[in-house]
Amino acid sequence: MVENGILRIVARFLIPLIMLFGLYIQFHGEYSPGGGFQAGVVVAAGWILFVLIYGLEAGLKVIPERAMLVLAALGVLLYAVTGLFGVILGGRYLDFYPLLPGAHAAQQFGIITVEFGVGVTVATVVMLIFTYFARRKDEWAEAERAERHEDQQP
Amino acid sequence: MIDVGLLLFMVAVAVIFLRVRDLFAAAMLFAIYSLLSAALFAVLDAGDVALTEAAVGAGISTLLILAVLTLTRRHEHVVQGHNLVALLVVLVTGAALIYATLDLPEFGLASNPIHGHPGSYYTAQSYPDMGVPNMVAAVLASYRSIDTMGEAFVIFAAGLGVYTLLGRRPQRIKRRESSDDNGGHDG
Repeated sequence: MVENGILRIVARFLIPLIMLFGLYIQFHGEYSPGGGFQAGVVVAAGWILFVLIYGLEAGLKVIPERAMLVLAALGVLLYAVTGLFGVILGGRYLDFYPLLPGAHAAQQFGIITVEFGVGVTVATVVMLIFTYFARRKDEWAEAERAERHEDQQP
Repeated sequence: MIDVGLLLFMVAVAVIFLRVRDLFAAAMLFAIYSLLSAALFAVLDAGDVALTEAAVGAGISTLLILAVLTLTRRHEHVVQGHNLVALLVVLVTGAALIYATLDLPEFGLASNPIHGHPGSYYTAQSYPDMGVPNMVAAVLASYRSIDTMGEAFVIFAAGLGVYTLLGRRPQRIKRRESSDDNGGHDG
């Protein structure tokens, strides 16, 4: 849809705003409604808008499929490891108090860290699912072409 | 007053949703329904839920449904006749649910169970405990952190599931018998 001028210009204006809003929801989540889950979805929506305008290939140049898979795993790992640090530093699993000296600072550090992990995982998983569905039709056509090619030369 | 209007709109959208045969229109109606329920949550002062509903229900779910629609046909099969057993099951279930709502406590009553034991502790202690003004974030990320970790893993597992099903290129697809079965040429 790159050739449609209105879509392209509106998207060019909107995508940075959507990304910024996603970051705001992510890191302002303890003060206003929001958190990792919503932020991840909003960031992924910004990326999907980019894909709808410029095509999947351009979108995968921004963030390759392998990077999405790795980041999805790293997000949940960040969550789990933060919990483990609570144990190592002398508390219980996912206990944030031992992480930093001040009680409030420790809790807020823990909350921001785990929410960031959730945000990364949600964003990349949504992007991955969209990528696979969007690509499927071309893959079908390709497989069919290959099969027909095989039939012609037995 | 606004809630009643929103609820009436939701019922109207749900009825149209059932009648419509065009799957693209159905996806859009689904998004409108989600947006209306997000507005309803916002009216009820549930900001976090409203944001989630708007982002996930109206945004991403619709996008994923549209992505799936490119792989299928755009129109639903019309099934002739009526299924009386299904009608009976739906009527009985609906009547039971409406009957059950009569047992619900009054909306917003201070003696409601949700205002009881753990809720009152969180309301009183979440700010002194962690200095986080948004109580929802405090409960989700810290008090009930293990639950949230489970949710994150569920999402990761969903991603892995789609990856194992669709991540590889199709090696060989079965020759389809009829050409109109051929995934989405009229989508």
